[in-house]
Amino acid sequence: MRLLKLVPDNTNFKFLKWRNLAIGISIALILGSIALVAMRGLNFGVDFAGGLMMEVRFEQAADLDSLRRTVAAGGAGEGSLQTFGDPRTVAIRLPLPPGDDAAVQKVVKQVQATIRAENPKAEFRRVETVSGKVSGELIRDGALALLLAMMGISIYIWFRFEWQFGVGALFALVHDVALTLGFFALTQLEFDLNIVAALLTIIGYSLNDTIVVYDRIRENLRKYRKMDIETILDLSINETLSRTIVTSVSMMIALGTLVVLGGSVLFGFSVAMLLGIFIGTYSSIFIGASILLWMGVGPHSFVPADAGPDAKLKAKAEAQGQV
Amino acid sequence: MQDFPPWKIWAIVLTVLAGILFAVPNFFSEQQLAALPKGVPAQHLNLGLDLRGGSHILLEADPADVRRGRLETLEEIVRTELRQSDSGPVPYLDLSVRDGAISFTVRNGADIDRAIETMRGLSRPVGQLAAGRDLDVSLIDGNRVVVRPTPAGLSAETDAAMTQAVEVIRRRIDELGTREPTIIRQGDTRIVVQVPGLQDPDALKSLLGKTAKLEFKLVDTEADPALAAQGRAPPGSQVVPNAEGGTLIVKRRVMISGDQLVDSQPSFQDGLPVVSFRFDSVGGKRFAKATQENTGKPFAIILDGQVISAPRINEPILGGSGIISGSFTTESANELAILLRSGKLPVALTVIEERTVGPDLGADSIRAGAIASILATFLVAAFMIVTYGRFGVYSVIALLLNAVLIIGIMSGLGATLTLPGIAGFVLTIGAAVDANVLINERIREELRKGRNVVSSINTGYTEASRTIFDANVTNVIAAVIMFWFGSGPIKGFAVVLTIGIVTSVFTAVTVTRLMVNLWLRRERPQVLVL
Repeated sequence: MRLLKLVPDNTNFKFLKWRNLAIGISIALILGSIALVAMRGLNFGVDFAGGLMMEVRFEQAADLDSLRRTVAAGGAGEGSLQTFGDPRTVAIRLPLPPGDDAAVQKVVKQVQATIRAENPKAEFRRVETVSGKVSGELIRDGALALLLAMMGISIYIWFRFEWQFGVGALFALVHDVALTLGFFALTQLEFDLNIVAALLTIIGYSLNDTIVVYDRIRENLRKYRKMDIETILDLSINETLSRTIVTSVSMMIALGTLVVLGGSVLFGFSVAMLLGIFIGTYSSIFIGASILLWMGVGPHSFVPADAGPDAKLKAKAEAQGQV
Repeated sequence: MQDFPPWKIWAIVLTVLAGILFAVPNFFSEQQLAALPKGVPAQHLNLGLDLRGGSHILLEADPADVRRGRLETLEEIVRTELRQSDSGPVPYLDLSVRDGAISFTVRNGADIDRAIETMRGLSRPVGQLAAGRDLDVSLIDGNRVVVRPTPAGLSAETDAAMTQAVEVIRRRIDELGTREPTIIRQGDTRIVVQVPGLQDPDALKSLLGKTAKLEFKLVDTEADPALAAQGRAPPGSQVVPNAEGGTLIVKRRVMISGDQLVDSQPSFQDGLPVVSFRFDSVGGKRFAKATQENTGKPFAIILDGQVISAPRINEPILGGSGIISGSFTTESANELAILLRSGKLPVALTVIEERTVGPDLGADSIRAGAIASILATFLVAAFMIVTYGRFGVYSVIALLLNAVLIIGIMSGLGATLTLPGIAGFVLTIGAAVDANVLINERIREELRKGRNVVSSINTGYTEASRTIFDANVTNVIAAVIMFWFGSGPIKGFAVVLTIGIVTSVFTAVTVTRLMVNLWLRRERPQVLVL
């Protein structure tokens, strides 16, 4: 039986030759993402923006304009409407009315009554109300969890490898998160707590990818102590390339299925992850190793611990002497 | 070659079987499971409300409300204590509540020490090891005594109020007859209520939002109606809004309160819905006395600061039970009866977050999610087998076991699977695929270098295991941080991720290794196509 090989044996791509271009593109994309988020903003769901959200399912494709007029005529104020997953399902977002829960209930009832009057078969599938206080806390907690997770991971990698690897991993993480946020600012897909979970997944995945490459770099640095650092980095990426591609392809197969068939609730989140996997694969091939080169990683970075404290300095001096 | 002694094989097989045993109930209906003998695991995986439909409501108490209530009762206690102190009454002037404290002026300088002593006697120890006191008594301007509840005292008070509020809410929800409600205290001042599969959460919310503080007060018939129209009341009286509009002036003093109620039921009188109530023996006696003394006068029945009716006392009510009539519908009479039966909330609660997912959406999500997951698993499995042949089959078996183990462990622990939880699930399946890919790719590499089959496999597993370890430790770090700092949905993600990391390493490394070694022993292959 002949087995499928997506990547041929013993590839020898010179990935690092493209490092300036790759980093240039990445930095441009990161800046672009930041600008997009700053200018267009993220389309925060009720989780983060506070307010009232109703998901309504109609019998046939909904006419958003007439629906918008219907909602406004009901006296509930200016609503924002968008289809959700399929054209029959509409998410209606309204600001939270002042006052207590009774006021909120009144608005919900009003909107439901006006919509029912025109579409007797409309089905109200979901109602969410989040007060400004709670949404503020959710933003804070979500951001805190994200930041601390990134920090914690970088510190672990620093201890387990070397500080340069920690910085490299952190940069790759920032890169992936920034680009995904930029994508959400660009498409204005709704950004809610589930997307934060997706972001965390992307971090986890991208990191996995980066660590696999780093682990091989460390192994090769110890093995080929006289080899030129750029060659070692390229070799390591090439050696792990087949694995990187096979894993990414299987993840994309799984996520692609979720995007197409997973239903409206899973949609945003599957799209985010699919994109994240793509970005993560790119960053672990082109970015992670390039950063190490700039940080001055060399054979001196990994000297057996039992060689004593001076060995590291000595090895470093040797390495510099060679150049 | 890594050795698998029989005990190790058995340990692995038993672990897997235990996982399967806990996962299996998920493939049967509740009815089928009910028929099983006790002791057999029969727990379904808990699905979060986002997946199965239901209402999630977050309630918050205002600590200021607790303080207000505390000061109100304290004012009454201070007044009584000054009048009936053990060492004789203490004459006082100008007793008032100001700036979160109660203060009064002692009329005779000679009484000051006695007044302070009496007030100190009111305070109780609070806090850890009862180190603090719940009241702080001080003297200002030479003759004015200030009694101030301490922060420690107030927080103990809030704590007690919240514990009691959870109980009251539980009683109210139980009255609705919903199944499996979850009512949990969150933090200092919040309560989470989760009720699965509720079509219409309005009844629930209207029950939760009401304090249900019931008071009977005499109507002040002598008050000037002109004053009332301006919203002013004579001393000792107050203006209370009427439920049907307008206002009513009533005496401040509470004739009797709802705390002494033991039962309340909806019923009918002259064909109209009313609410009947019954006092306990102490309350019954007080009610009898009050109605005897005030026969012929009107009194107001006040619920949460609103007059719901103001009937005239036609004759003394001696049996300890009565009827509240008002403009009730059958539903509102029933609701009031439930509220009165389950007791008043010790603190007002407001809804600050609500999520209701209709059962249809929940069912749709599960169906779509399940179809997509099954297809995704099938496609990934096909891809693995095409790529790695025999080792691909082992990987697929490990992947399926991994999924089963996650489901089994979550069912056994009673953990809840939410939508973000599914994200965690996808990530761990991804990590498990990756672990298999890492091992298989490494074995390929070693084979290419010309090693023999056994040596390639050994090196492949050893070298790949280190990478897998590092990658998974970082995921554990992320999961732990998310669990500590994240809010609800992120926690759900972290739980699945943590469980998944353990099972994916176990299945991808240990279980496949066992299968590979058994194959090596059986066939002793000289060549390996990979």
